[in-house]
Parts: sequence; structure tokens; C-alpha cells
Amino acid sequence: MRLLRLRWRKWNRLLNELKEFAPIGIMDCRVSETLNKVPTMPQKSITIALSGNPNAGKTSIFNHITGTRQKVGNWPGVTVEKKEGTIRKHGYELRIVDLPGTYSLTPFSIEEIIARDFILEESPDVVVVIIDSSNLERSLYLATQIRELDCKVVFCLNMADVSRSRGIKINAAKLSELLDVPVLFTVGNKNDGIDELLKAAIELSESDCVTAQKRRVRYRSDIEKAIKEVESVLTADLGSTLPYNTRWTSIKLIEDDTIVKERIQQFAGSEGRRVFEAVQLQRETLMGLFDEEPEILTTDERYGFIAGIVKEVHTTAVQHRVDISRNIDLVLTNRFVGFPIFILFIWIMFQSTFTFGGYPMEWIKAGIGGFSMIVGSVIPDSLIKDLLLDGVIAGVGSVIIFLPNILILFFCIALFEDTGYMSRAAFLMDKIMHLIGLHGKSFIPMLMGFGCNVPAIMAARTLESEKDRILTILITPFMSCSAKLPIYIVLAGAFFGPRAGSVIFLIYLLGIVLSIVTGRLFRSVLLKGADAPFVMELPPYRVPMLKSLMIHMWDRSKMFLRKMGGIILVGSVVVWCLTAFPRQISFTMDYDAEIERIEQAYQSFQPTPGTELAAKIQGKKNQEIQQLKMAQAAERAKKSYMGRIGTTIAPFFQPLGIDWKGGVALLTGFVAKEIVVSTLGVLYAADDASDPDALKNALLASNFTPLSAFAMMVFVLLYLPCLATVAAIRRETRSMGWMFFSIVYTTSVAWIMSFLVYQGGKLFGLA
Amino acid sequence: MKEGETAKIKRIGGNGALRRRILEMGLLQNSEIYVEKYAPLKDPIELIVKGYHLSLRVNEASQITVEKMESSVE
Repeated sequence: MRLLRLRWRKWNRLLNELKEFAPIGIMDCRVSETLNKVPTMPQKSITIALSGNPNAGKTSIFNHITGTRQKVGNWPGVTVEKKEGTIRKHGYELRIVDLPGTYSLTPFSIEEIIARDFILEESPDVVVVIIDSSNLERSLYLATQIRELDCKVVFCLNMADVSRSRGIKINAAKLSELLDVPVLFTVGNKNDGIDELLKAAIELSESDCVTAQKRRVRYRSDIEKAIKEVESVLTADLGSTLPYNTRWTSIKLIEDDTIVKERIQQFAGSEGRRVFEAVQLQRETLMGLFDEEPEILTTDERYGFIAGIVKEVHTTAVQHRVDISRNIDLVLTNRFVGFPIFILFIWIMFQSTFTFGGYPMEWIKAGIGGFSMIVGSVIPDSLIKDLLLDGVIAGVGSVIIFLPNILILFFCIALFEDTGYMSRAAFLMDKIMHLIGLHGKSFIPMLMGFGCNVPAIMAARTLESEKDRILTILITPFMSCSAKLPIYIVLAGAFFGPRAGSVIFLIYLLGIVLSIVTGRLFRSVLLKGADAPFVMELPPYRVPMLKSLMIHMWDRSKMFLRKMGGIILVGSVVVWCLTAFPRQISFTMDYDAEIERIEQAYQSFQPTPGTELAAKIQGKKNQEIQQLKMAQAAERAKKSYMGRIGTTIAPFFQPLGIDWKGGVALLTGFVAKEIVVSTLGVLYAADDASDPDALKNALLASNFTPLSAFAMMVFVLLYLPCLATVAAIRRETRSMGWMFFSIVYTTSVAWIMSFLVYQGGKLFGLA
Repeated sequence: MKEGETAKIKRIGGNGALRRRILEMGLLQNSEIYVEKYAPLKDPIELIVKGYHLSLRVNEASQITVEKMESSVE
């Protein structure tokens, strides 16, 4: 009790401090006593929803309130991030839900639908509207729309410091009075006023005052008349059972809001007929009167209403933003240096992700190596040991080594987003990306694809429109990832000698061309409809907060580890089983006996140890044994389930000039592209590590020709992405359908392209 | 419109969601807009409206009919 009083006093002191720059809003529903009664009550749960424009500082307020106690997930059925956190404060359990940042509540974007539905369906106890005080007019548009939803609202004038420094004065008391809501000032990134905000929210939720019907947007009389008409039909036909506020429902029906229409249809069934007729009639009347769609009229009216308020509470003379941000933009989006700087930033991001990330990657690799050594020495030789080492540890290891890359990449992306550079990047790139039917922001995920598809696909999250996101995800696998490079190097190195570089470049180019073709094709066939309009705010640059960057980075990386880990684990165990079984293989010759025979043969023939001759003989013996072992491994691979699958699907690869060995190598590449080279090594029975040219020679000796090698490279470029990428596609599109579509599409394109290359080449006599 | 010009919006053309979105972002009839710049590839365009910066594709922006206010820049 005493503690609470102390807090209370502290709050009052803070309140007074805040009053220095503006008076605090008059809260009509203030019931301060409730706070003092708190300790006697059991813990009560209150849901507070945070809503506001993008870039209004919503996330930093959310981070300050919840700290690390936040859960990041997705809203059901969509890829929009849902953040919520539960904290205990002032004797209450506060569930804070961060709604997606939106400018409005129309039914046109997923984010807006989510935000609106949350307020309507889950009726949070209080909705806090976070308003960018330096951008009052536009922010109030969303705020008034939320007010119309008939819920308890607190306005939070955020970034009070920024607006003050710009000479903007907002009379919070007046605003509070005019709109009849509590209004508070906060400085989100400095954690100022957050506690007061929570207190105000708790007070409001505890107060039993119903949201006042007065002080709402009043539309012009003709519209009000139409609203009244619809309202009366609604009340008469559907009565008090209506799920939402009657006035709001009427306004939305007049605005031809598809979702509200649907809901009312479902709710009312056949009884809704008269309502829709009335709505239709009113819409037509209004259109006749003003020669405008009613939804345009209401938008106009709301802004009119807001303009009136702004005039009363807002004093400033600032017309154009003459500030640091604008000066930065003079350089960063400059006609001449804008692009070079952009490329430099991307290059730095790329470099730090894949080069600096390379060092910790090596450490992790070494760590995994050491770990499997220890496991190997502890556990006796057995099937379980093989499974653990080659299946589980190797499989999980192949995911964990990506962690440094992922962390750095997401840090860079969070940096771009939090500073405000991301929207400039989109601004610069939009023209180019628009040609492929994509949004400017798609550029970064696609570029990342050249490094690794997994983070690239996850980076597609930054795109707001679902269609853009799916399209970007489907195209990204054509960006040849760095794991495919060793395969090209081996094949091109063996068959194209000095021209290898140009051939590999050609492969990359083919990937880019196909991604453009795919983009245009999908845009016009599969993901039809107008592209998302590029109406995008260029927010002022901000100094990012380390805490928020870290939270961002960690949230996304955690998701990567959790989800990818599981799928990869299962996948690698399956592939291991396919290559390791059956255990009993009837070999064409008894390799062990043969090795024994060689040992015996050399035994009989013992020169003096230490002489040159002895070393030579020893070497020859080892070589012969090695050859036998390789032959055995190759035969084992052929007769394993994997090999049998390879032989079965050989007809599939035959028209491409790829034999069953290549086919098996490609199959194992499903786990990770790095494996293709090592599988080729095993199957072509090349000496390992000792001789880098061994595989090359083995390939040259095989039935590969330059043409079929090129066909195989094309296939590698385009065919199904690795397991981790497939898992990422599944995760990010939230649909098995898109995942299978991507697998089938990439593989068919790969087959068709290499078929064209191989058969076309043969026609021209290139084989 | 060219860079550095100010104008008053006369009418927003186009239809459906895009038109409404433009209006909701505060580009209303009679509000003032200032053309901050064009992107290096001439598309999109950056405007200042109601004290904040907004970018639009040129073909989206071309739906907006304006009346120039400062002829001096012409």
C-alpha cells in the first residue's frame, strides 16, 4: 500500500513535469481512486491494444512496456507479425497487443482488416492510439476512425520532443475536450510518459463510463440523413442483436465496405434484404447529389472534421520540413549519388553477412566437428553412432552454421528499417522492380538470394502486400545461392577450362532472366490484380535504438532456428537412412577379402624399413587399398535405397544428358546444395581431399560432355531449392500449397531449360 | 509538375482503393502539395503534403489534377 502511494506520488510529480510543456488532458472519465483500491483486488487482466500509423513510434513504446517479455507470432492465417506481451503493473495483469501499423481502417489491406477485426471481435479493454505529434493531421485520421468503433480510447501524442523542437505546440487539454478522450504526451524512445500512459489506460478500463456518443465526426446533413435512414432500417429489422454499433455499421454499409457487408449478410441472412435495399437507395441518392462515391465523401468529411480540430489545438508555422532529414535525403536519394550510395550500403550488408559471418561460421563448423569427434569417440561403432554423426549432428549442424549470417542480415535489415532507409531504398529501386511486377522493397530479398535463399525469403517479410511477398518468395530461388557455386566451379572447371568464368556468369544471368520472366508471368496469370499502389510515406530519418534492433534481430532469428531446425533434422535423417540402408549389400566382389589379399601379398615382401623402397611399396599398397575402398563405397552408394531411386529416376534425367550418378547427386542436393559435390565425389570414386583435380579427372573420364555438364549446371541453378529454403517458403507463405507449387515450378523450369539446352545443343552438333 | 513546385489539388482521379488510399493519406481537394523530387530513374515522385513526405508512382500521381501556385519556378 505504502509502495503504491509512493508510486502514486512519483506519478503526480511526473505529471507536473510533463505539464511544463503542455497541460495534460482532462479526462472526463477519470476515476483516480481505483488505483488506490488496487491492492485489495485480485489480479485483474486488462487487454490494451496499441494502434497507430507506421513510423509513429508504436514499436518503441511497445518494446518499452513489455521489454523482453514479448511473444512474436503471426496473426492467424496471414504473415503479418503479431506481437503481444503480458506484464504485471499496478496490480493488474496487462496484456499488450501491438496492432499492425496502418494509416486507415479500410478493408483494402490485411493489416487494416486485422487491426479493425481485433478491436471489433476481441474488444480489448482499451485501445491506445499512438499519434505522431509532428504529423497530427494525418495521424488523427486513423484516430477518429478508431473512435468510431465504439471502444475505450486513449490518445497518446508520441514523439513530443520532435514536435516541440519543430516549434509545434499541441494543446492536449483542448484536444481531450474536443474529442472527449484522455490525451497524454510521450517520448517513446526515451521511455518518457509510458507509465502514465499505462495508468491512464487502466483507469479508463476500470471506469464504467460508456464511450460518449457526442463529439464524433458529424457528417454533412445529407450524409447524416442517409446514416439515419439506414440506422432505422437496421434497428427495425435486425434490432438490438446487431454485432456492432449501429451507427458505425450504417456508415460502413453506406461506404460499401465489403467485409461489413459480408458479415451483416451472414448475420442477418434473408432478413438483411431490406437493409441492403435501403443502403443501395441511400448510396444512389448521395451519388446523385454529390457526383462522388459516398466513401470518398466520408473521407473528405473526416478530414474536414480533423482540420477543424487541428486548427484549435495546433499552433505552428512549419510548412516544409527544413530539417536534418531533408538534408540527408538531398544526398541519399540524389539523382547522381543516390544509386552509388545505395549500392555501397547493399555491398556492405552483403559483405558483412557473408564475409564477417564467415568467421563465426568457421568456429561453429569447428565446434560441430569437435563435438562429433567427441561423440564419435564416446559411442562405440554402431548404427546409432552413424545416425547420430552423419544424420543428426551433420543435419542440425548444417542449419546452425547459418546462424551468424542470419543474425547479421537481420541486424542490417532492422537497421535499414529503423533508420528509415528502407523506404528510400524502395523509392530508388521501384522503377526497376516495377518492370518485373514487383515493389521496390523486393529488391533486398532478391539480392540476398545470391548469398543464401533462406534469409532472403525471410527478408521478404518487409513487404506489406501479400501478393508482392509471395511473388518475391517464388522468384528468389532463381537467384543462384552461394552453395551452388562449388558445383559450377567443379563442372565448369572440368569441361570449360579457361572459359569457366564466362560460363558461370552465363548461368547467373540465366537465373536473373528467368526470374524476370517468372515475375511477369505470375503477375499476369497467377497473382493477378492491380499491383499494390506505391503510396508510401518517406518517414524522417531516426537514430535507431540498439535495444529495438536487438529485439528485432533476435525475434526473427529465433523463428529461423526453431522452425528450420525441426524440418532439417527430419530431412537429414531421412536422407541418411536412404543412403545408409540396406546394410547388407551383396557386392559383386568380396572387397574385404580382396583387401586382405593385398595385405597378405605385401606381407610376403618385406624390404628393410626406412629405405626408399619400403616407402614406395607402402605407398603403392595404400593406393591399391584406397582404390578398393572407393570402389566399395561407390557400389554401396549404387545399391543403397538412394542409388536405387537414382537408377529408377534415371530416365527422367536421361534426356538432359545426366546419368544416374548425376541424378543421385542432384537428389542429395535437396538437403543442401553443398552435398552435390561430395556425392559426385563418392559416386565417381574420385580420391578425396588429397588431389583437387581428382574429381575433375573422374568427371572427364565419365560420360559427361561439355554440353551435358552445362545442362546439369542449368538444372542445378533452377531445380528445387534446398530443404532449408523449402522450409522457409512453407513458413513464410504459411501454405503447403505455395511450397509444393514452388518445388514443382522450379523443377519443371529446370527440366525444360536443361532439356532445351541439351537437345538443342545436340541438334547443333555441340554434344 | 517539376521539382520544387507547389500546387493546389483540384481533383483526384482514378478509382477504387487507390483513389481512396490517396485521399486517406491526406491528398484532398484544395490541399497544397510540394514536389520535393523525382527518384533518380524519374519514378516514383516524392511529395510533401501536410508536413510529411510521401512517395507515389508517377502514373498514380498523374491521376491528380492540380493548379499551380508559384509560377516563378516555371
